[in-house]
Order: sequence, then C-alpha cells, then structure tokens
Amino acid sequence: MISMKNNVKYRIGKSTGFQALTILLACSCVVPLIFILIYILQAGLTKINWHFLTNLPKPVGESGGGIANALLGSIIIILVASVIAIPFGILCGIYLSENRKSRLAYWSRLCVDILQGVPSIVIGIVAYFWLVKPLGGFSAISGSVALAIMMLPIIIRSTEETLKLLPDSLREAGFALGLPFHRVVLKVIVPCGISGILSGVMLSVARIAGETAPLLFTAFGNPYMSFNLLKPMQSLPLLIFNYATSPYNDWHDLAWGASCILLIWVLALNIFTKLMTRKWKVQL
Amino acid sequence: MESTIVKSVDYNAYFGDNHVVKNVNIDIPRNNVIAVMGPSGCGKTTFLRGINRMHELIPGATAKGKIMLNAEDVMEMHPIFVRLKIGMVFQRPNPFPNLSIYDNVIAGYKLNGIKLPKAEKDRIVEHSLTRVALWKEVKDSLTKKGSFLSGGQQQRLCIARAVAMEPEVLLFDEPTSALDPISTSTVEELFHELKKNYTLIIVTHNMQQAARVSDKTAFFYMGELVEYDETKQMFTNPKDTRTQNYITGRFS
Repeated sequence: MISMKNNVKYRIGKSTGFQALTILLACSCVVPLIFILIYILQAGLTKINWHFLTNLPKPVGESGGGIANALLGSIIIILVASVIAIPFGILCGIYLSENRKSRLAYWSRLCVDILQGVPSIVIGIVAYFWLVKPLGGFSAISGSVALAIMMLPIIIRSTEETLKLLPDSLREAGFALGLPFHRVVLKVIVPCGISGILSGVMLSVARIAGETAPLLFTAFGNPYMSFNLLKPMQSLPLLIFNYATSPYNDWHDLAWGASCILLIWVLALNIFTKLMTRKWKVQL
Repeated sequence: MESTIVKSVDYNAYFGDNHVVKNVNIDIPRNNVIAVMGPSGCGKTTFLRGINRMHELIPGATAKGKIMLNAEDVMEMHPIFVRLKIGMVFQRPNPFPNLSIYDNVIAGYKLNGIKLPKAEKDRIVEHSLTRVALWKEVKDSLTKKGSFLSGGQQQRLCIARAVAMEPEVLLFDEPTSALDPISTSTVEELFHELKKNYTLIIVTHNMQQAARVSDKTAFFYMGELVEYDETKQMFTNPKDTRTQNYITGRFS
C-alpha cells in the first residue's frame, strides 16, 4: 500500500511538472515579442514627431529630416498590391471552396500552398524579370505586383477555409429559392463569411507591410517624393534597410523611427482585424 | 377537381453508378398533402430533391426520365425557374443568418434582385408570416436576425420564405425531424392550412406523421415506389406485403 501511495505522489508530481513546463514555454514565446516592442519603442518613439512624418530625408551632414516619402510610398505600393490581389484572391478562394473535389481545385490548391512557401526574394527576382526588365527600369508597380503575389496565398486560403466552414444547408436554402450560382455566392455565402474573408485580407496586408526583399530590385527606393507608379518609389522597409546599414548616426535615427512606425502599423492592423472579426461575425 | 399537378414518368436518379431511384411513376393531385415514407436509404429524399432539380447539385448526381409540372417537363426547364415554382423546406431550419426576419421572408425576391415597392413587401411579409402562424409571435421583432428565433419558429420562418414566392408545389424534406413535439404539432397543423393554396409533398420517416397529415401516401423501398394510395387505404389495407411489413414495424 505504501509503495502505491508513493507511486501516486510521483505520478501527480510528474503531471504537475509537465503542466508547469507547458506554461513556462507558453510564456517564453511572449518574451521575444515584448523585448522587440520595448526595444524598438524606446529607440524609435522619441524620433517620431510631426516634422519626422511630414519631411523628406535630409542629405548626409544635415540633421533632422523625415520619412514622408517612404510612408506615402509604402501606402501607395500596398494599396496597388491590394487592388491587384484582393479580387483575384477572393474569387480564387470562392472557387476552391465551392468546387472542392474538382481536379482544377486540387492543382490550384497545391500551387497556392507552394506559392506560400516561395521565398520572398525569389518572388522579387521573378517580378524583376517579368516587369522591371521589360519596362526598362525600376518601378513602384513592379513592387506592387511582387507584393500582390505574396498576398495571394494568404487571402485565398483564408477565404477558402472560411467559406468551407459554412454549412451546405445555407447554399441549399439559396438554391431552393431559385437563386443562380453567382447570387448564392455573392448574396448568401460571402456575406455570411465576410468576417473571415476580411481578416485574411487584413492579415495579408500586415504580412507584406514589412517585406523588403521583393522591393529591393523592383520598387528600388528613392530619396525624393514620388507618386509615379512607373518610377522608383521609396517605402518603409527599404528606407530601414538602406539607412540602418549606413554609417551615419542621423540616418540610424531615421531607421529607428521608421521601424517604430512600421511596427505600430502592423500591430494596429492585427488588433483591428481581431476586433472587426468579432464584431462582424455572423452567428450561424 | 382532382387534377394532376406533378407527374413523374419513368424517373431514375443516380449517384455516380449507384442507382437510388428506380423507374418511379407517380401522379400527384393538386391541393393535396402527399406523404412519402420508407426506411432510411430508400431514395425518398432523392426523389423529392429530384422534383425541383436540387438532386443534381450534388457532384456526380444524375437523373433520367420526366417530371411534369402541369404540362411542362421540369427536366427540360432551367432549374432556376423550376425552383421558383416549386418551393422547398429542409430537414434543419436554415434561415439566412445574415438577414433579419423581415428580409428572410422576402429573401426569394431580395436575393434574386427583384425590386418591390415597400407596401408590397410589407404585404408579402405579413401575409406569409400569417400563413405559417408566426406573425403574432414575431411582428414586433421583424428587424431581429432570423437565428434569434427558436428552432420551431425558424422552421416556420423557412416555410414562410418558401410560401412568399407563391409557388405551386411545396416540398418538405423531413421538416419536423429536428423539432420538439410541440413545434412539430404546430407545423403539422400548418399543412392542413397550406394545402388550400398549395400542393404539399412531405418526406417523413415517421409513419404516424404520414397517417396524421396526408391525403395520399407513397411507400418507397430500395429505390422503388412500392405502393401509392389513399392514406387511409394504405394504413388499413396495404396491398403489398413489403408495405404491410413496414407499417407493422417488421423492419424500419
């Protein structure tokens, strides 16, 4: 009996130890994020002010200057990428969820999965050969196309997964009322899954906001303000990459400030997505 | 008076190579309640879904033969028009969760892009909800979502949605199997009211329900229509031994 009792104690101890280990590891994943946040906010927040957001970078030797061109450039490049990727991605996701067993769906699903794993620098090279070379020079639009290709798999898979979860009875309710396929999709299926679709879109935007590699040889970067999609354009990740690796302290400050802005941007998008998904979720 | 509204001629339905409905010939008279009963897997639901061409929505499903609605062959018509004339109510209540109760009733118009004046919409909503005995219960909460209602109310909302399109025939696929007994009896009472204006075809595997609500009963077994007769005749004096065995509970 006594040995039995000891045995129970040992087993309870083991169980508690295991639980403690899972808790410890769960906490330890949060640690790097918190350190990154603290570090970047400390280094970057003090650099951010109105002047920083609304001015162009100054040449070496002059102090001050801002990141207005990179901020606007990032917004323009991402907007154009979204305009390209969102319709493509959502329609493809709809096809995959409504034609689950077709051969085409099988192959396109496979391609989407592979596309998701393609390194971003490779996508940049592809965009370079497809667009930069034929167009005869670096351009913002080629950067947008590269980023759009990166957004596609995220949007497609989240749309597909969301719509797959909707019960078939919902589709049948639509068909039984004499709705044609496109109306069942646009008026019933998509509105019921809108929160999941939008959250995929938002996450894909957050994902590409900090992408540097595909922009290196597409949008290239530009120290001046530019709104021309066919010419090189500055963006936040490019600015951080170029300025952080420079030997000038003033430029390092700009890079820290820009990192901070980028971080806040991505964080805000993620939090906004979470809130929106909750608010717009259709109760089935 | 007893004119035929739906008539199937040598109707066969398949899932891939699986022959699930075999050579069904049936005449369904106007303004009647027809119960379709039989054991699980006998093809009764497949036959019902064949009448409004819902069967072929399933990948790999095919059908042969004729289903006449009045003088037109449903199999030759575009499914969209078939389904406007033949409404359907499903096993589980399936109101559109993104629409209000009001919009659920007129969903057939709204989602099809048919514009109606407000007064006409109000009339259809009140009329349809009254038909299904739901108007009094929901008239003060028409703007709430359809999923806010109880299961039985949701099912009546789905019937109202089908009725609002003024179809000629209403198909019910085990409409009460997901409902509690009280909701079930409310829905069953509705059938008596609805048959004044529509022809009702109800699939059920509840024999008591078939006996209670229907004028005529069809018994399906292994994909065949074994027997089709007046309900009273069927339950008191079945002609086929398989029907007799089913009714007396020798198999189910």
